Amino acid sequence: MTGWPLRGLGALTWLEIKIFMREPLGVIGSVFVPVLVFLVIGRTFGGQMTGAAPGERGLVGVDLAVFAALLMSISAVLSLVTIISIYREGGILKRLRATPLRPLTILSAHVLVKLLFTAITVGMMTIVGKRYLPVDIPIPWFAFTAATLVGTLSILSLGFVLASLAPTARFAQPIGTIVLYPMIGISGLFKPVEDLPALLHVAARLTPASYAVSLMRGAWYGDSWLDHGADFAGLAIIFTLCTLLAVRWFRWE
Amino acid sequence: MQPPVIEVSGLSKAYGDTRAIDAATFEVRQGEIFGLIGPNGAGKTTTMECIEGLRAPDAGRLSVLGLNPLKDGKALQNRIGVQLQEAQLQKRITVKEAIGLWSSLYDTPLDGHQLLVQLGIAGKANARFMTLSGGQKQRLFIALALINDPDVVFLDELTTGLDPQARRAIWELVRSIRDRGKTVFLTTHLMEEAERLCDRVAIIDHGRIVDIDSPAGLVNRHCPERTIVIATEDDGVIGALREIAGVDRVTREGPSVVMQARSIDVMTRLIRVLADRQTPVTDFRTIVPTLEDVFLKLTGHSVRQ
Repeated sequence: MTGWPLRGLGALTWLEIKIFMREPLGVIGSVFVPVLVFLVIGRTFGGQMTGAAPGERGLVGVDLAVFAALLMSISAVLSLVTIISIYREGGILKRLRATPLRPLTILSAHVLVKLLFTAITVGMMTIVGKRYLPVDIPIPWFAFTAATLVGTLSILSLGFVLASLAPTARFAQPIGTIVLYPMIGISGLFKPVEDLPALLHVAARLTPASYAVSLMRGAWYGDSWLDHGADFAGLAIIFTLCTLLAVRWFRWE
Repeated sequence: MQPPVIEVSGLSKAYGDTRAIDAATFEVRQGEIFGLIGPNGAGKTTTMECIEGLRAPDAGRLSVLGLNPLKDGKALQNRIGVQLQEAQLQKRITVKEAIGLWSSLYDTPLDGHQLLVQLGIAGKANARFMTLSGGQKQRLFIALALINDPDVVFLDELTTGLDPQARRAIWELVRSIRDRGKTVFLTTHLMEEAERLCDRVAIIDHGRIVDIDSPAGLVNRHCPERTIVIATEDDGVIGALREIAGVDRVTREGPSVVMQARSIDVMTRLIRVLADRQTPVTDFRTIVPTLEDVFLKLTGHSVRQ
């Protein structure tokens, strides 16, 4: 076990899951509220937005799900950025550092926790959507959840760069909000990325959200994973780059 | 003399224009409680964190258990135990979970429950961190510092913010760590703590080590003057006491004769005079200067400011 570079990952992850579950508001906010919002929006607008023809994909059919999943993924990242900052400010990170734990282990544990709860939320959302929304289309919940997780992972790595740079916990949330939410606007959800002005087009290609949206849409349509090699590549490059930067810039105190 | 387990030579570290540590040189011997003492902001924590490998010094040589803290950080983390100043844990982590996590990080951890029993917090095993009192938190941090059965234990301002009773209990624990053969390196701005607890202390002020010795040795060398209070009704002895070399002043204050002496050598002569004269004495008290006095003398300012 000594050689295993992520020693303590399992123990730390399990612990963070338990600790997260002890904060009822956090669980309600990050798991149940998104599902509820999805359901309410879906029931209110679903009928009008779905195309008349059966099986035709309207807003609810695809983009509401993608939009909700992206929102949830970003809010998971934001909460992670905030948690890391609070841990840093409280001296928790420093105390963990004076052990054989490595930075990557601590970051990975938090990523795993966030991915787990993201998966639970998306899973619930698709199940709820299938059951309660007036949309009669097959929902590929496994593929969609997987696509959301892959996208979230990439956005998370960007979040870690922000967490590494945020001076204090008070700044972490606003900085995260300012950087992460505008990504949704140029993600291709509202207007295809190709139709954006040149500058925004480039910006969109540099942020993980555009690839994540394309991948999630594809998963929802039931596309083959192979058709989305470019999305995977984009997400992987961003993930690798951001992880390297985060590990390098990470501050313990 | 035991071989040194920590060797620090020419250690320097600056933050901008501030010299946090200025060419500090000292060593800590196997099995002693060594204290780095000085006011807040003197450079104690920075020095300790350099030795622990948590901070990179600007200059100087460091050796802990024969390892270089910067290069062999991982090997070192396995053999030292660390309690950090003002550290926190996750608010909702329980005592048992913290011990469990720490245990999982080391190859041969001690029995966590046993450790909690020894530290007197076994009853709090299922309590969440945020519900613990200051003393209980410190006990937990000591437990975490000891879980890997380290050779050297670092304790940074361990009793700050604790009430006197909790403080005394913690001192007892620190002594028991030494009695198990471990070396303890601690920092404190409480001179009483250093005096009661440490085998040797280094006085640090504005990043510079001013002197190193046992607390008694420092007091004897820098503040040798003593006030001796002798309860006796015999006024005749006053004249004889004034004859003793090294005595500055002898006065009667109520039931006692109070004597100001310049050095500790006076003590033997004084006892001889009292014995020769067969002076009836009902009480005998020496007022010894403290490390606070030593600090004031060496640095020109009080440790409390």
